[in-house]
Amino acid sequence: MSQKHLMKGNEALAEAAIRAGMKGYFGYPITPQSELLEYLSVHLNNRGGSFVQAESEIAAINMVYGAAGIGERAMTSTSSPGFSLMQECISYIACAELPCLLVNIVRGGPGLGTIQPSQGDYFQAVKGGGHGDYKLIVLAPNSVQEMADFVYLGFDLADKYRNPVLILSDGALGQMMEAVKFPDYDIEAHKVDKSEWATTGNATGTHKVITSLYIKTEKMEEVNLKLQAKYREIQEKEVRYETVETEDADLVIVAFGLSARVAHKAVDICREQGMKVGLLRPKTLFPFPKDQIKSLAEQVDQMLVVEMNAGQMLEDVQLNVSGKIPVEFYGRMGGLIPTPDEIVNKIKSMYEQYNPMEVTHV
Amino acid sequence: MSDTFNEGITCEFLDDCDIVWDRPDSLLDTRLHYCPGCGHSVVHRLLMEVVDELGIRDRTIGIAPVGCSVFAYNYLNIDMQQAAHGRATAVATGIKRVRPDRIVFTYQGDGDLAAIGTGETIHTVNRGENIVIIFINNGIYGMTGGQMAPTTLPGVKTSTTTSGRDVSIHGHPLKIAEMLALLPGAYYVTRTSVISANHVRKTKKALLKAFKYQMEGKGGVSFVEVVSNCPAGWKMTPVDSNKWLETNVFDNFPLGDIKLPVKD
Repeated sequence: MSQKHLMKGNEALAEAAIRAGMKGYFGYPITPQSELLEYLSVHLNNRGGSFVQAESEIAAINMVYGAAGIGERAMTSTSSPGFSLMQECISYIACAELPCLLVNIVRGGPGLGTIQPSQGDYFQAVKGGGHGDYKLIVLAPNSVQEMADFVYLGFDLADKYRNPVLILSDGALGQMMEAVKFPDYDIEAHKVDKSEWATTGNATGTHKVITSLYIKTEKMEEVNLKLQAKYREIQEKEVRYETVETEDADLVIVAFGLSARVAHKAVDICREQGMKVGLLRPKTLFPFPKDQIKSLAEQVDQMLVVEMNAGQMLEDVQLNVSGKIPVEFYGRMGGLIPTPDEIVNKIKSMYEQYNPMEVTHV
Repeated sequence: MSDTFNEGITCEFLDDCDIVWDRPDSLLDTRLHYCPGCGHSVVHRLLMEVVDELGIRDRTIGIAPVGCSVFAYNYLNIDMQQAAHGRATAVATGIKRVRPDRIVFTYQGDGDLAAIGTGETIHTVNRGENIVIIFINNGIYGMTGGQMAPTTLPGVKTSTTTSGRDVSIHGHPLKIAEMLALLPGAYYVTRTSVISANHVRKTKKALLKAFKYQMEGKGGVSFVEVVSNCPAGWKMTPVDSNKWLETNVFDNFPLGDIKLPVKD
C-alpha cells in the first residue's frame, strides 16, 4: 500500500485512472470537473496514455467509443450539461457493449444551472439517459478515497460485463481535498481478453464489426434480450452498499454520495440524543440494493431519503418499500447541501408525527 | 442470390489463363445493397484494392457513417466500427490516439461529414490527426429519401426543396474540402470522381497516396473527396446522373488536387 496523498477528488480520480491503465482520455472543460482534465493533460501522455482535449463533449464521448472499440481502457469526464450532450453516443456504447469509464461531476440544474454540487442527475444516470433500453453500471462515491477506488472497480466491471460504467459524483466531492491512498494495482493481472471483438485489424480472415445497427426487428429484439439478461446478472451479483447502525434502528436514512456523508453525521447526532437512527448508503445506484431496502422495510418503522435533488432515488426506495412503511424525503436543490441539523430536525418531526397504530408489519 | 451470382461463368482452360481482373480479397463476395449505378460500389472496390495492395488488412480499421454507406462493413472484409451520425472522425481520433500503429480511415457522406459532423470534421483536420477521410459527395441525403444536403446545388429539387434550392432560404453549397485545405492539419486534399475509367483510375491513385501518407506517418489528414451520384435520389438514370455531374456539378466542385503535401 502506498503512502497517503492530499488531493482533490477530481485529481485523485484522474491519478487512479492512470494507475488503472487508462490508455485514452478524452474530455472537454466544464466546471466543476476541469481539474480532472487539467491533471490528465499534464500527466497522461508521460505515463503511457494519450490525452485529447476534444472540441465538444459529443466528440469526446465518440473518441471514447473508438478507443474502447479497439480494446483499450478509455474514459471521459464531464459535468451535468456536458453529460446530457453525451447521451446519444452512450446509448450506442451500451448497445455495442463497449467497456469504458464515464464520470459525471454533477452540478445543479436544470439548464445551465449552477456550478455548485447537486445530485439532480440520478434519473439520467440510472434510468437510461439516452434512447432505448439500456443501463449503465453506476457507482456513487462519498469520499476522495472512493473517487479513486471506484476508478479501478469501474474499469474492472466495465471489462467484465462489456458495459459502460458511470461514476456519479458531485461538485463538492470533486473539489474537496482529503487524504487518499492508491492501492497496489497490477494492470496486467486485471487485463481481460478482448481479441474476440476488439477491432484491432483483420488478421484472421474474419472481420470484426462494432455496431449498434440491427435493421431486422427479430435480431434487434435478440440484442435487447441479451442486454437485459446481462443487466439481471449485474443486479444479482454486483450490488454494493454500506450500512451504519442499522441493526437496532427503528428509522433508517437512505442516501448516496455526499448526502450520505451528511446523513452519517446526522445519525451520530441522533444516536447521541437517544434516537435509534441508522443509514443505508447504496454505493451502486445500478444495480440498486433492492433486497436491502426490502428487508429494512420489514425491520424499521420509517425511512427517510435524503438527496440533493427534488426526490429521485426516493422513487426507487418507495418502489421497494412498496407502501409497507412511511417513506419521507428531505432534499435541497440548486447547488445547496443539506446540513446535519436540517436532517436531524426532519427526523425529530418524523418521530413526532409517527403513529405506530397506523403501521402493521406483515 | 449471392451464391448464384457468378453462376455460369466457367472455363475449362481457367487454370492456364492469367487472371487479369478479380475481386479484391478484402471485398466480401456478397451482393451490395446500393442502387444500380451508385458510386459507392466503385469506391468500395477501390478502397479494398488499396488495402490489399498495401497489405494492411491486418491493421486497418474503417469507420462507417450514418447514411447509405452505414452498411459498408457488410462488404468490406476489414475490421470496422459504425459511428453515430457525423462523429466518424472523432471515433477515428479515439482509435488512432490509443493505437497509432493502426491504419484508420473514415468513409462519410455529405450529410454526415459536412452538416451534422462539421465540427468533428474541422477539428479532426485541425488537430492534424494522421488518418484518411474519404468523403462521398453526392449532394443529397440518399438513405432518408432524398432531402437537401449541405452540398446540394442551387436550384436543385429535393424532397425538402421542392421548388429547387433557394440560396436565400437554404444557404449555399458548402465547399468543405476547400475550407479544410486552409487548415495546417490538412496534409493532402483532393477531389475526384468515378464517372469513367479514367476518373476511377485517378481516384484509385488518390486513395493509394492518402493511405501511403498515413503509413509514412507524415502527420496530418489525407482527405479524398469523391464527387459522386445518386441516380435514385436525383431521379435520373445512372447514365444521366453521370452526365449531370459533368455538365453541372463539376463546375461547382472542380476536380483535382486542392492541397498537395509540402515537399520535404
